[in-house]
Amino acid sequence: MNDKPPGGKIDIRSSEELLAYALAMEIEAVDRFTDLADQMEIHNNQEVADLFRKLAEIEGKHVENVNQASQGKQLPTLLAWEFDWASGESPEGGSLEDAHYLMQPWHAIELAMQGERHAVAFFRHVADTSSDKPVVQMALELVAEEEEHVALLETWQQRFPRPDDGWDDDPDPPAIL
Amino acid sequence: MNRNTACPHIEPRGYKSGVKPVWCPGCGDFGVLGSITKALSGLQIRPESTAIISGIGCSSRMPTYLSTYGFHGVHGRALSLATGLKVARPDLTVIATGGDGDGFSIGGNHFLHTCRRNTNMTYIVLDNQVYGMTKGQASPTTEPNWEKGKLTPSGTGINPFQPLVVGLASGANFIARCSSSDSNGTARTIMEAIRHPGFSMVQVLSPCVTFRPEQREWKKLVQPAPVEATSDAAQAARRLLTDKGLFTGILFRGSRPPYQPELKSSIENIAELEEEFCL
Amino acid sequence: MSRQSLSIALTGSGGSGVMTMGNMLLEAVAKAGWYGIMTRSAGPQIRGGEAAALIRVSNMPIESHDDSFDLVLAIDPASMGRFVAEIPLRPDSFVISDPQGGRRSSSLPESPAKVIDLPMKELAKSVKGGRPNMIALGAIASVIGLSETSIFAILKTMLESKGADALGASRTCVQAGFAAGADLLEFNTPQMQQDTDTQRWGITGNEAAGLGAVRGGVRFVAAYPITPATEVLEWMAGVLPSVGGVLVQAEDELASINQIIGASFGGLPSLTATSGPGLALMTESIGLAVCSEVPVVVLDVMRCGPSTGIATKTEQSDLNIALNGLHGDAPHLVLAPSSITDCVFTTQWAVHLAESLQAPAIVLSDQSLGQTRAIMNRPADITFMARRSVPAQSAGYVEENYTRYAIGDSGVSPMAIPGQPGGQYTADGLEHSQSGAPSSLPEDHLAQLDKRQHKISQFNYGEHWADIEGSGELAVISWGSTCGPIREALARMRDQGQEIRLIAIRLLAPERPSEMAAALVGVKRLLVVEQSHSRQFHRYLRAAYDLPDETRVLNRPGPLPFRPAEIMARLDDWGEGTGS
Repeated sequence: MNDKPPGGKIDIRSSEELLAYALAMEIEAVDRFTDLADQMEIHNNQEVADLFRKLAEIEGKHVENVNQASQGKQLPTLLAWEFDWASGESPEGGSLEDAHYLMQPWHAIELAMQGERHAVAFFRHVADTSSDKPVVQMALELVAEEEEHVALLETWQQRFPRPDDGWDDDPDPPAIL
Repeated sequence: MNRNTACPHIEPRGYKSGVKPVWCPGCGDFGVLGSITKALSGLQIRPESTAIISGIGCSSRMPTYLSTYGFHGVHGRALSLATGLKVARPDLTVIATGGDGDGFSIGGNHFLHTCRRNTNMTYIVLDNQVYGMTKGQASPTTEPNWEKGKLTPSGTGINPFQPLVVGLASGANFIARCSSSDSNGTARTIMEAIRHPGFSMVQVLSPCVTFRPEQREWKKLVQPAPVEATSDAAQAARRLLTDKGLFTGILFRGSRPPYQPELKSSIENIAELEEEFCL
Repeated sequence: MSRQSLSIALTGSGGSGVMTMGNMLLEAVAKAGWYGIMTRSAGPQIRGGEAAALIRVSNMPIESHDDSFDLVLAIDPASMGRFVAEIPLRPDSFVISDPQGGRRSSSLPESPAKVIDLPMKELAKSVKGGRPNMIALGAIASVIGLSETSIFAILKTMLESKGADALGASRTCVQAGFAAGADLLEFNTPQMQQDTDTQRWGITGNEAAGLGAVRGGVRFVAAYPITPATEVLEWMAGVLPSVGGVLVQAEDELASINQIIGASFGGLPSLTATSGPGLALMTESIGLAVCSEVPVVVLDVMRCGPSTGIATKTEQSDLNIALNGLHGDAPHLVLAPSSITDCVFTTQWAVHLAESLQAPAIVLSDQSLGQTRAIMNRPADITFMARRSVPAQSAGYVEENYTRYAIGDSGVSPMAIPGQPGGQYTADGLEHSQSGAPSSLPEDHLAQLDKRQHKISQFNYGEHWADIEGSGELAVISWGSTCGPIREALARMRDQGQEIRLIAIRLLAPERPSEMAAALVGVKRLLVVEQSHSRQFHRYLRAAYDLPDETRVLNRPGPLPFRPAEIMARLDDWGEGTGS
């Protein structure tokens, strides 16, 4: 998880730049959820795999939304490490380390929610720090969108009880390959 | 870098093969896989002009997961396969990947001599200080008092291998350390390593969540090296010998010319070679 | 034309220069229009040890040494004892030795040969910068009827780089030796036919194998020095750059084999050369080449084993490891040249087969082939070149749905080469599906095992799998350098009106049961000849083929070579029940 708040450095000066950030964030989210879905599938955790697949689909729609918003605009092309994310990683792109093969839907949603919360914080920070009015406007719209995602995930999570301690116990030892 | 080539731009995911990794969820190697795709995308190298070469071990599964050419060989010999390929095909981008056991134990001799030879290729070592594939034995980089290895229940009691120090002493031309938790930073360093002429080695601290779960803490412990990369080997040696193995970044950039014989025919007909035998 | 030949041994120690002298003598007889061979034999010392140059010259091409030696020139008689077993003598043989050259070996008095004194050291002392080996060279030339001028010509080409003084001193010594040799002994040199029409070569088996490899298309070699294979590498290191290739001196044999697999994966036909200890180290990765279907050639110039054994001496005891040394079910090719000339052909063929079948080929040469220099007819040019099946391409792209390890009729599936767009795959030592993705499914394992076996078994190897010579109910079967003395024995028996068949196997793996059955039609008695203590070849034959009920074995370990006469004796003995 990106534990550090997205602070300080980012100073976005045009809506094109902000859209580039938003696009990168959503693409990385698609990639991450796809990877996680693949991982769960390989480890025979189909329920969580399906959930991650669904999340990837949703993030894919967000990519489309950003692309639509970007129509007619020339976005800057930045390499992954050229984005000035506070923690070095895209708010929705990291935290593969938190996956577990026995993880349950509750964990998956928790993991997704953390990403969305980071995204909210990120856009809010942009809105707070940018001196460009259209950027501020767009950032606030994105904050609202990401908050909707958080709210949606919260309702999803209510459907699954928080797993008890020991959810990751495996009676068998690891396999030797 | 050229972002306006005739070929279509390849996103990082374009370098993935679609084969789903068998690594444990949570494993650092997923992050490194992502970093490699980002680095290749950053350079916009064609997948067909790239070869990922590995030996045996969890991280040595890497080639299968990439859309480049690949070779998953036997334990410890990735650098030899890679050397043969690069010398024979200098036009290719050759990257060897593997773990600490593959590279520094069974493949230790090749590591030394590949550094010496300084062939123009990149070596990414995903170091988790344990043999994961065979159920968690101590590796060359394991700390001496780690008591969970079943073959060394009282700890190894022996000095851990210092890959970067040994690499420097043996002649590696580019030396860096990264953390798998810093996927973008690792990607950038790998890109720099590929660009740098000669043999480049990148040690990536990549936690084994199954046998070394405590390594999840690495992401909090690593920090960027407080100094810029040096091209002075003596200075690099002093730094590497005194850091605690948790400084990340490019630590040494050498300037030795790479080993690459010219493969150019100078005779018309092989029969010319036979003249020396004629009486 | 009947065979006439002359066998000469030159022995010495401690810098006496017998090898230089032997090379000059061979060069001189070659220039005089004769054929010949020279085998080196040496003690374990790097410098200053005992050395012998074993030379045989003949009016026709020869592949082995004779039963005994006609003439021994011992520059340093003390050194001769070491070679008593390797230099059999007759009562009418001559040993020319230096009376002041040190104590004669205790074994020498047992020799039936006549010993003649020639004070080589003393004669050399009278010349400033003179050397006894040049005295000896002059004396031998004179005894066997070579002209003084022919030796001078050789001196000029071989010693020019040492300067005028050294050349002058050598000439003076040769002159002195020539004069001393003139009335040294009565020796009837056989009449040698001068053959000037045929293009002849002077070449060692190791060079010949290297040449075969280059002719076959090998452009990448990685290797670690090892006796007695090093000369293959030295020759190839010299020539590969001129044909756009390269030799990499690797850090060990594990690196060598893996570097050539890497280079071959990259599209360059590749080879390594080694000897038994190195082959043992390489076996795991030869299995990798089997599984990943990457063509490579491994040339093993065999020496006495096991372990370090006798590094400088010949033996046919790597047959087992070459055939069966790989773990798992790992079909591969094993070939063996049966003469120095054949080192060119068999190595070239091995490259062709490896490339065609995308499989490793082990070529078993040995020290006696590799380190023997022969004056022989130029080997014929062969047409096949390395041929590797590559995927079909359209508009520069490998066709869609390319499947690296696809199951097809021949078992050979097209191999994409890095750089070809659309052909990307991962070569794998893990069992894999047709796409190359790792698989532990039993059906994938079976399918790929079948594929790899099928491509090797079904290939049409034509008549090259063995040389079948002669006919008759009595046959000899052998392989490798042992075929040399057998061929001579059979030729002599043929001259005496006895017809005996020879089956000299060139392709040891895969087995060729129907071809072997055809070769054995009409054979009632079969003699197996091999240079292995544990009868590796006989065991192999029994496992792979149906042999006649009356099958006997003539075997012994290295390093002593078989002599034509002992093979004849074993065949003559056949009816008397004294065989093994």
